[in-house]
Amino acid sequence: MSDVLEAAHVSRYFDVSKPWLQRVLTGGRRAVLRAVDDVSFAIPKATTLSLVGESGCGKSTVARLAVGLYEPTAGSIRFEGQPLSAARAQASLRRRMNMIFQDPYASLNPRWRVRDIVAEPLRAFKILNSPREITARVGELLTQVGLSPADGEKFPHEFSGGQRQRVSIARALSSTPDFLVCDEPTSALDVSVQAQILNLMRDLQQRLGLTYLFISHNLAVVRHMSDRLGVMYLGRIVEIGPGEDVFRTPRHPYTRLLLDAIPDLEMVGKPRTPVGGEVPSPLAPPPGCPFHPRCPLANDRCRVERPDYTVARDTLVACHAVEEGRS
Amino acid sequence: MALLDVRDLTVEFPTRRGLLRAIDNVSFSIETGEILGVVGESGAGKSLTGASIIGLLDPPGRIVGGQILLDGKRIDNLSPERMRAVRGKQIGAIFQDPLTTLDPLASIGSQLTETIQTHLRLSDREARERAIKWLEEVGIPGARARIDAYPHEFSGGMRQRVVIALALCAEPRLVVADEPTTALDVSIQAQIIELLKRLAREHGMSVMLITHDMGVIAETADRVAVMYAGRIVEIGPVMDVVRHPKHPYSEGLMGSIPSLEHRVERLRQIDGAMPRLNAIPVGCPYNPRCPKVFDRCRVERPNLLDAGATQSACWLYDKVPAHV
Ligand SMILES: Nc1ncnc2c1ncn2[C@@H]1O[C@H](COP(=O)(O)OP(=O)(O)OP(=O)(O)O)[C@@H](O)[C@H]1O
Ligand SMILES: Nc1ncnc2c1ncn2[C@@H]1O[C@H](COP(=O)(O)OP(=O)(O)OP(=O)(O)O)[C@@H](O)[C@H]1O
Ligand code: SF4
Ligand code: SF4
Ligand SMILES: [Mg+2]
Ligand SMILES: [Mg+2]
Repeated sequence: MSDVLEAAHVSRYFDVSKPWLQRVLTGGRRAVLRAVDDVSFAIPKATTLSLVGESGCGKSTVARLAVGLYEPTAGSIRFEGQPLSAARAQASLRRRMNMIFQDPYASLNPRWRVRDIVAEPLRAFKILNSPREITARVGELLTQVGLSPADGEKFPHEFSGGQRQRVSIARALSSTPDFLVCDEPTSALDVSVQAQILNLMRDLQQRLGLTYLFISHNLAVVRHMSDRLGVMYLGRIVEIGPGEDVFRTPRHPYTRLLLDAIPDLEMVGKPRTPVGGEVPSPLAPPPGCPFHPRCPLANDRCRVERPDYTVARDTLVACHAVEEGRS
Repeated sequence: MALLDVRDLTVEFPTRRGLLRAIDNVSFSIETGEILGVVGESGAGKSLTGASIIGLLDPPGRIVGGQILLDGKRIDNLSPERMRAVRGKQIGAIFQDPLTTLDPLASIGSQLTETIQTHLRLSDREARERAIKWLEEVGIPGARARIDAYPHEFSGGMRQRVVIALALCAEPRLVVADEPTTALDVSIQAQIIELLKRLAREHGMSVMLITHDMGVIAETADRVAVMYAGRIVEIGPVMDVVRHPKHPYSEGLMGSIPSLEHRVERLRQIDGAMPRLNAIPVGCPYNPRCPKVFDRCRVERPNLLDAGATQSACWLYDKVPAHV
């Protein structure tokens, strides 16, 4: 099976220094934030790779890198074998990738009617030309996401949060992309509409071979959607492997703690176990293994040496304890 | 006396296509220190109910009927200036859309200190220290170093936590929290939930918690209201509503929750879509999708009826035989 997207040793840094003048006056130093740090993965055609991890660990930054909205600071990304920037330069390839943004409101033009928002990719890429066909296609897309064709008349502010999220899903699907990056696509939806959208995404994958990069904090949703699963911590992927394996036998200490922190319908009133310890500042990541200040298995080696990947069946795990067989 | 009392709230939007009734006769109350969860179909009117309470209903939407009382005093008819004073000090708001709450041109720190100083008499330095404390309280790592950052430099979940800090820093008596934890990972989510529960328990803060996350509801709320097409269709103690829902819509909703235990080919969903506001069916609004529908449902509209531990707007729970 060929890989639709391939990321090799990709990093993205942000310069978050105070302005130059303020630095001179108050003596602050240049500060670089490593939002994504040496990340590699591949997504085979017609499969879903999910990314999970704490807020701020770099998931959205990976998502933006994957569709070319950010340039990597280092490393390379290939789309169907071509460098991503070259692929983005060709309209025929560009129309084949799309993204559902984490913030549905900010990504919809408030002055456009919803029918024009959804039709925009159809017009931009000249996928359909006659107004009749465009209207029919827009109506079909709105129906698929549980809205009605008549909703196309309205402006974004006339919708509820979840309805807007569905508008952005309809727009992302309108150019019939083969590769779709979904950043929290169903976070604003009630569970029934969420089920409807996820079922639609799975249907499209089975029928048309769509490939997804899928990001969500809802681990039940992630389990349902993923073929492969990557767990991120402070800009790095610390564990990546087949979704079911990672859920059944999590190997990295962070993955284990993350799975223990899931809310549970059975546990009314009982506290669950949040991942203990301070979340380190990404401006000053700890040396060695970035998870060591919070890790129950940390030893001296963990505090100085950054762990490489260990192969455990089909899973890659960046942890000394796993490598040493003491996990 | 309940801290918040909402009576027969009705909200309409005049549009070119006629009047749209988005909230239809909604009544509920929240006690001091109580957390009321609000769940329901996307577009059911949860956010509009919250916006009505905090007096931030966007025109042309307007309250056309009913009353909202805080501590026994009406707040739905206050002048904009008086309402602004109530908001912030008495009622805090966490909006669904963090970006619209935050000023993109002001640093996180200046937005927090300004809010704190509007409500509490503190020096600049004290207010700044308190702002850092609140950022730590909502789990922003390296708060002291990052307080001068601008909203776009924060991740989605970090911005959401700033919004939570902004709503809580004036120590209001009631917080309307619209999807406060959806952009957050499970661990931060647990921390925010703990914070809300602690403020409710120790400071008697009341919370109206709007969310789609049933796990969060089960863990946090004392009671839950389920909304559908502008109305409350079921309300009662959290365990009863989540585990033994009485209304057929609540049943369908609880049945759609994806399980973490096993993976299925297709998730269960409620077939069909919620009616558009200008085409609410006669009788029970849920009747076109309801597996238990019977004749009466298509003619008469049910109000909340006692259904064991909860109240449910469904004719199945009418003890008086129908006259149809
Ligand atoms: N444009 C930017 N300038 C400076 N820092 C940034 C920028 N974008 C992201 N960051 C920082 O990079 C880190 C990763 O952010 P990212 O948005 O990728 O996180 P995330 O994993 O998507 O989090 P969430 O789950 O909260 O959405 C964060 O510390 C964030 O503050
Ligand atoms: N400005 C407006 N003009 C017309 N209709 C509106 C306007 N604002 C909201 N509505 C409608 O009112 C209804 C209720 O909206 P509300 O935002 O309260 O839903 P919600 O329950 O919060 O949904 P979600 O879970 O998706 O956030 C929706 O059907 C929406 O389309
Ligand atoms: S390398 Fe060490 S500190 Fe890092 S996760 Fe493994 S055991 Fe824990
Ligand atoms: S009143 Fe009738 S249609 Fe409505 S929920 Fe009850 S059984 Fe279903
Ligand atoms: Mg993100
Ligand atoms: Mg809403």
